Amino acid sequence: MEKRVTFKGIWLPILLVAPQIAITAVFFFYPAGQAIWQSLFIPDPFGFSMQWVGLGNFEFLFSDPFYRASFVTTAVFSILVTVVSMGIALYLAVLADRLIKGSGTYRTLLIWPYAVAPAVAGVLWLFMFNTRVGVVSWYLGQLGYDWNHVLNEGEAMGLVVVASAWGRISYNFLFFLAGLQAIPKSVIEAAAIDGARFWTRFRTIVFPLLSPTTFFLLVVNIIYAFFETFGVIHTITSGGPQQATTILVYKVYSDGFVGQDLGSSAAQSVVLLVLVSILTVVQFKYIERRVHY
Amino acid sequence: MKYTTSIIAAGAVLCSTQAAFAQTEIEFWHAFTGRLGELVAEQVETFNSSQDEYTVVASHKGNYSETLNAGIAAFRAGEQPDILMVFEVGTATMMAAEGAIKPIFEVMEEAGAEFDQSKYIGSVKGYYTAADGNMLSLPFNSSTPVLWVNRDKLEEAGIDPDTDLSTWEQVGEVLDQLKEAGVECPMTTAWQSWIHLENFSAYHDVPFATQDNGFGGTDTELVFNSPAQVAHISAMGEWAQDGKFIYAGRRNEGGANFRAGECALFTESSAGYAGIEAEAEFDFDVRPLPYWSAVASEPQNTIIGGASLWVMEGQTDEEYKGVAEFLNFLSSPEIQAKWHQDTGYLPITTEAGELTRSQGFYDENPGTDIAVIQMTAKEPTSNSKGLRLGSFDQIRGIIDEELEAVWSGDKDAQAALDSAVERGNALLRRFEQSSR
Repeated sequence: MEKRVTFKGIWLPILLVAPQIAITAVFFFYPAGQAIWQSLFIPDPFGFSMQWVGLGNFEFLFSDPFYRASFVTTAVFSILVTVVSMGIALYLAVLADRLIKGSGTYRTLLIWPYAVAPAVAGVLWLFMFNTRVGVVSWYLGQLGYDWNHVLNEGEAMGLVVVASAWGRISYNFLFFLAGLQAIPKSVIEAAAIDGARFWTRFRTIVFPLLSPTTFFLLVVNIIYAFFETFGVIHTITSGGPQQATTILVYKVYSDGFVGQDLGSSAAQSVVLLVLVSILTVVQFKYIERRVHY
Repeated sequence: MKYTTSIIAAGAVLCSTQAAFAQTEIEFWHAFTGRLGELVAEQVETFNSSQDEYTVVASHKGNYSETLNAGIAAFRAGEQPDILMVFEVGTATMMAAEGAIKPIFEVMEEAGAEFDQSKYIGSVKGYYTAADGNMLSLPFNSSTPVLWVNRDKLEEAGIDPDTDLSTWEQVGEVLDQLKEAGVECPMTTAWQSWIHLENFSAYHDVPFATQDNGFGGTDTELVFNSPAQVAHISAMGEWAQDGKFIYAGRRNEGGANFRAGECALFTESSAGYAGIEAEAEFDFDVRPLPYWSAVASEPQNTIIGGASLWVMEGQTDEEYKGVAEFLNFLSSPEIQAKWHQDTGYLPITTEAGELTRSQGFYDENPGTDIAVIQMTAKEPTSNSKGLRLGSFDQIRGIIDEELEAVWSGDKDAQAALDSAVERGNALLRRFEQSSR
């Protein structure tokens, strides 16, 4: 039986949600409205004039094969970042959960990378994989592998994925560990007594009980991969080689702030807005059903 | 005793703030860091201490693109600086923004300052001059691409370090020899679009875009997919496949490899001088940019890269007077000659070049005048005055992408350049629409 608290009047609840609504209106609805409005024009950079083009900006975008390709790039990138960062984090969390001695140190060390800003992380990884002076690329060279993410699209994608996922592992790790520790020991012990091995226990008990955490992290990580990996991509590849690592958000930046094409940039933000809304709805409608709270 | 000193000190501080108050402040936003940043600060300091009416306040606003953005954003907010540094590819954007900028010839005229436009070197000022021949902005740092040679590397490979490298045909032979001798990086480049397409076109007197490379109007179209450019990119692509040309990145990443002594040849701006001079532990040499003797019997001139200073609209007359004085100070032969010698950027006036020569700088540093000669030896044609294309920063991005496809062997030169032209033209049409 769910507990519901009901207010008597109408004014108190309105008063209570008002600050939240005000903040959303000022910092979300207003700029989003502006973006939608601007996406219907081609303005000049200095703001003197605006040419009404209706849906012209969208037509221009979708007739560009590189823009369409950017959707695929974004999907590949987001899925990889999410899977890599969550997979490794879950693995480490399971290990940490079984640890009895020194777990504090272990945890602290694992959380460290989270404090590194994406742009800085980008520079660090770039330096390690620099084609001429990077440590890792040198070792790879010794092994007979010629690393060149400047020209090789797959390697470039791999590098930005790793650099973006790396900082994220800490964050995911924290949540997974907390989730694991919240699972009642008695349930696991009972299963163990029934003869379930570690893997069976994990698959049938731990993972399902962990699903609220996993679901939360899935949403958060996809949003992270969509919007916050900008710094990493900017510092490592600037969207290249060719457009192999130009994800949608990066294109918004490069068209708007390098190309001074604010109309197209606004149209792209609108497309992103729609895309993320759809994605979130899908996640909550279909995936959440399978989550056990 | 202690107190007296502090009272005097406090008094001095008060007086000095008062004095500063009376001065007109001139805001100058630039994009320089490191050694160049120090040199700009030095120029500003010299100007500030040379007179007491104006104080120039220089602020660093990020790289070129970021500085331009900061200027645009500030203008939209009504907080624009007096002087904004804009890189050469932003020129068309600034020119189209009539209400945002105040042409420099107007600033000078209204301030009653002395301004003789004929003092400025034609091929430098041409990039920033309106159709009526008046200068719209002041060229600040201008450079042009040259060929840097690691003499030690050539010698190690058994090649005469003084060998003639004036044509790409000759360079091709040397690359073969370097490769055979086991040199891992026979050649690399910086700024591939600027050097191997934009300058290449001017140098061989072939158009980069219609309408005199955009000087004639915004209805310009890119045409750098003609046989001359395709042949060059094709040759470079083959060299890349054979490991004779090593691609390091879109900007000047290759510079690190050259300065570390890994690469034998390096096409880079003449302004690479400061860095190479400081870091190279080998014998190096500057040569003119090579040309294809199959395309042209002799080279035209190269064009510039770098930035110019734009005066923004909406300031007081008093500030504009100060701006005029500061810009004239920057153009003075002594300041220009020092800048030219310190950085490898071109002198913007003929006088500064002559002063440098008479100071014996070129004799002591052979090759430092090559860029100047390469720029000024011939009267520029409509193909070699420069480029004036909207959204050009982005078009360069497209060119970078397509060239990368050639270097990696994904596309042949013709297909890549065709695609770059088509994609670039779409952006030019949008720019035309936005500036209507």
